[in-house]
Amino acid sequence: MTDNPYNFAYLDEQTKRMIRRAILKAVAIPGYQVPFASREMPMPYGWGTGGVQVTAAILGPKDVLKVIDQGADDTTNAVSIRAFFAKTAGVQTTTATAEATIIQTRHRIPEAPLGEDQVLVYQVPIPEPLRFLEPRETETRTMHALSEYGLMHVKLYEDIARFGHIATSYAYPVEVAGRYVMDPSPIPKFDNPKMDDCPALQLFGAGREKRIYAIPPHTRVVSLDFDDHPFERNRFSQPCALCGAGDSYLDEVVTDDRGGRLFVCSDTDYCEGRREAGHRGHQPGGPERKEAAE
Amino acid sequence: MYVAVKGGERAIDNAHRLLAEARRGDRSVPEIGTAQIREQLSLAVDRVMTEGSLLDRDLAALAIKQARGDLIEAIFLVRAYRTTLPRFGHSEPLDTAAMQVRRRISATYKDLPGGQVLGPTFDYTHRLLDFALEAEGDGQGEPARPATAPADPDQPMPRVTDIIGGEDLIERNPPQEAGAPVGDLTRDPLNFPAARDLRLQNLARGDEGFLLALAYSTQRGYGRTHPFVGEIRLGEVEVEMVVEELGFAVPLGDITVTECQMVNQFKGSAVDPPRFTRGYGLGFGHCERKAMSMALVDRSLRADAFEEERKGPAQDEEFVLSHSDNVQATGFVEHLKLPHYVDFQAELAFIRQMRAEQAARPETEAAE
Amino acid sequence: MTPPRLEAGFADPVIEGQAAFRATMDAMARPGRIVVLPGVRTAPEGLAPAACAAILALCDFETPLWLSPAMAAHGPYLRFHTGAPLTADVAAAAFALVDAAQDGIDLARFAQGVPAYPDRSATIVAQMPSLRDGAPLVIAGPGIAATQDMRVAGLPADFARQWAANRASFPLGVDLILAAGDEALALPRSARIIEGNG
Repeated sequence: MTDNPYNFAYLDEQTKRMIRRAILKAVAIPGYQVPFASREMPMPYGWGTGGVQVTAAILGPKDVLKVIDQGADDTTNAVSIRAFFAKTAGVQTTTATAEATIIQTRHRIPEAPLGEDQVLVYQVPIPEPLRFLEPRETETRTMHALSEYGLMHVKLYEDIARFGHIATSYAYPVEVAGRYVMDPSPIPKFDNPKMDDCPALQLFGAGREKRIYAIPPHTRVVSLDFDDHPFERNRFSQPCALCGAGDSYLDEVVTDDRGGRLFVCSDTDYCEGRREAGHRGHQPGGPERKEAAE
Repeated sequence: MYVAVKGGERAIDNAHRLLAEARRGDRSVPEIGTAQIREQLSLAVDRVMTEGSLLDRDLAALAIKQARGDLIEAIFLVRAYRTTLPRFGHSEPLDTAAMQVRRRISATYKDLPGGQVLGPTFDYTHRLLDFALEAEGDGQGEPARPATAPADPDQPMPRVTDIIGGEDLIERNPPQEAGAPVGDLTRDPLNFPAARDLRLQNLARGDEGFLLALAYSTQRGYGRTHPFVGEIRLGEVEVEMVVEELGFAVPLGDITVTECQMVNQFKGSAVDPPRFTRGYGLGFGHCERKAMSMALVDRSLRADAFEEERKGPAQDEEFVLSHSDNVQATGFVEHLKLPHYVDFQAELAFIRQMRAEQAARPETEAAE
Repeated sequence: MTPPRLEAGFADPVIEGQAAFRATMDAMARPGRIVVLPGVRTAPEGLAPAACAAILALCDFETPLWLSPAMAAHGPYLRFHTGAPLTADVAAAAFALVDAAQDGIDLARFAQGVPAYPDRSATIVAQMPSLRDGAPLVIAGPGIAATQDMRVAGLPADFARQWAANRASFPLGVDLILAAGDEALALPRSARIIEGNG
C-alpha cells in the first residue's frame, strides 16, 4: 500500500481496536469522556496526539483528510500532521472542507457547513470541563455520574457578578443531549452553535489526558447560560479584509507598530473560496503568500 | 499590501536542517559516537532507560545523541519507539537478594553479612573540577585500574529488609500470587485510586527532578515518614519469564538495576505489634538518586494504608501520579508555543468589549 | 488429536477491519439506519458475515466474549481469529454474540457499566433473521435528525419494554449492533423507541 516500515496509519491493529471500542462507547454515551489507553505518539503531547490517534483509528484508504490548526491548513502543525498521515497511510489530503471525509482540527470548526459523510476530529488539551473548578479526577468523575453541575453554574454566575458577562470566550462549556456537560476543546465560543444539530459526527481525542468523547450527528448541544444572561456569540465589528466575509471568525493581524491592524478570516479555505468566487474585502491581498521565516 | 503568512513544509524542512547543524556543532571537533555516550555518559543512559521504560543502552545512547543531550527529549524518543514494540508478557519478579552486587550500602547497620560495599560512587569525591579529564585522547586521562577486587560473589548478601523481617520488625510484603494480573499503565489508562503496582510503575517512569523535589519535601515536613536507608544495592540480576507453552520460567539474561529499600516510621495497634514500614525504589542501571526519591515518595503515597493524614503534596496520589511524567509535562508546557491566535482573539475581543461597556457606564457607579 | 479445520477470517485484517469498524461507527452514530457492513466472506455457516466482521474487527485478548447457546459452535473460530477469551459469565463479557431468533436477547443480564464509568458495559452483536421485514418501530435520540423507522425481524416480543428499561438507566446500559447478511444497524443506549412494540 505505502512504502513505509509502519503499519497503515502508524498505529498497530491492537491499539486501533482499543481506540475504536472507546469511540463506539463515546458515540453511544454522547458527551461522556471514555478513558482510553492513549499511546505515546511520535509527536509531543499537546501537539494533537489525541486527535491523531482518533484519526489513525478511523482512517481508511478511501478517506480524504483535511487538517487545520486555528482554522488554517497551512499552520506548521497542521502541515506536519497532514504530512504524517500522507506518509504513514498514503491517504489523499485536501484543504477544501467540502472534499474532506475526515477533518482533524485544533481550535476551530470550519465555516462551511459540514455534511453527513464527514467526521470532525478535535484535538483536546483538557477534556474535563470541571477541571479548573475542581482539579481532582475522583471528584469530577463523581459530579458527572451524579449530573451535579452546580459548581459550573456558580462559576458562570460569579463571572456575571464580576464582569457583567460569562467571562469565557473559548472552550465554552456545553451540555450534550441533555445529560453531560462537555468541554468543546478551545474553540472560540463563536463556533459553539455549529456543534448543535450538526449533520457530521464529531469526535474528540485527548491524548495526554487519555480521554475520547463524541457528539453524534443531529444531537442537541447547548452552550450553558442563564435566562437573564443568554449565551452570546463573539461578534466582529468589521468584515474580513481579504474576502469581505461578515459571517466568519477573524484573526487579528498586527500590521505595524503604530496600532495598524487587519482582520482576516481564520478559516483559510473559506476565505480563499470566497475570493475565488470573486468576493473582495477592503484590502484584498495578492494570490502569492510569503513563507514563514525559518 | 497585506500578504498572509504561510507556514509551509519548506519552513519545517529548513528548521530540521538547522537543528541537525546545531546538533553537530563545530565540525572541526570529532563527532561523538553513540558507543562513547553509552560507555562514558552511562548515568545519562541509565536515566533515559529508566524513565523511557526501555532497557537498551544502545538505543538510549542514540537518543541522547539525537536529542543533543536533552535527556527529556531523549526519553521521549525512546518512549515513542517503545510504543511500536509488541508486548509479549511480563517477567517474574526480580530476585534482588540474588543480585551480583557491585555496590551495597546500609545506613541502618554498621556491619552486616556481605559487608558494606562502596562500589562506584560520587559520595566521597571532593567536588573539584578534575582538569586532567580535559586532556582528551592522549592517555593522560586514563584512570588507573581499581586495586580492590569486587565483592566476593560467593559471600551471601541478604537484603537488610529481610534481616529486619526475620525478627518480624518490618511490615511483611504481600505474598506473591501466581497468575495475578500485573498492571501496566502504558496499556490501560490510570484510574484513581491506583494500586501500588501501578503507582510504582508510574514513579519508576517519573521525572527524576520531580520525584527528588517531592522526596525532599517529605524530609522538610510535608508528609514526614522518618526514613532510614535500609539498603541501596547496585548490581546484576537475572530476568526470568514464564513461557505459557513451556509452563516454567526461562532466563532472559542479566540486567543492571539499582534498588533502594527505605525503612520508615513504625506502625502498630492494640492488636498488631509495632513494625517498621517500607518504601521501595528500583530503576535500570545506576540511578541512586532516583531510586531513593522513588522509595520516599512510594512510602508517602501509602498514607492511607497507615491511616496517616494526607497533608503534603507527596502524599497526594492524584497530584503526584498525574504530574510525574516528564514527557507529558514537557509536551503540555511546551505546547503553549503553538499558535493560540484564535483563543487569544476571543479573549482580546471580549476584554475590549468589557472595557467599552465600562467606559460607557455612567459616572455614578464609579463614585459609589 | 486433529484440530478442527477453521474457516478463514479477514483476508486483509488492516483494511477490512477498518472498513468493518467504520461501518459500525456510522451505524452507532445514526441509530436505526441500515449500513452495509462489509462482511467476512468466509464466515462459518450459520454466522452472518456482518456479525462476524463486527466481532473480528472489535474483539481481541482484552475483550471477554460471551456467546449465546446457538453461537457456541463458533467459539473456536472466533477465539482463533480474535484471541478474545470466551467467557461463560454473561456479566463479565465486554462483547456478546447472540443468535436472537434462537436464543432471544435479555439485555439486563449484561454488564451495564457503573455511574462513574458507564462505558464499562457490554456491546451486544445480535444476529437477526432480517433488518428489513419485521414489525415497524420508530426511534429517536442523538444521531437521528427527527425520527428513524426500523423493521428488524426476530426481536423478542418484550423488546420495547426491555429497551425502555435500558434507556431509563441511561447513561448506564448496553449497546446493540443488529446484523443480518452483509448489513447492520445499531441501537446505542441513547436511542428511544417512540412507536411500536417490536
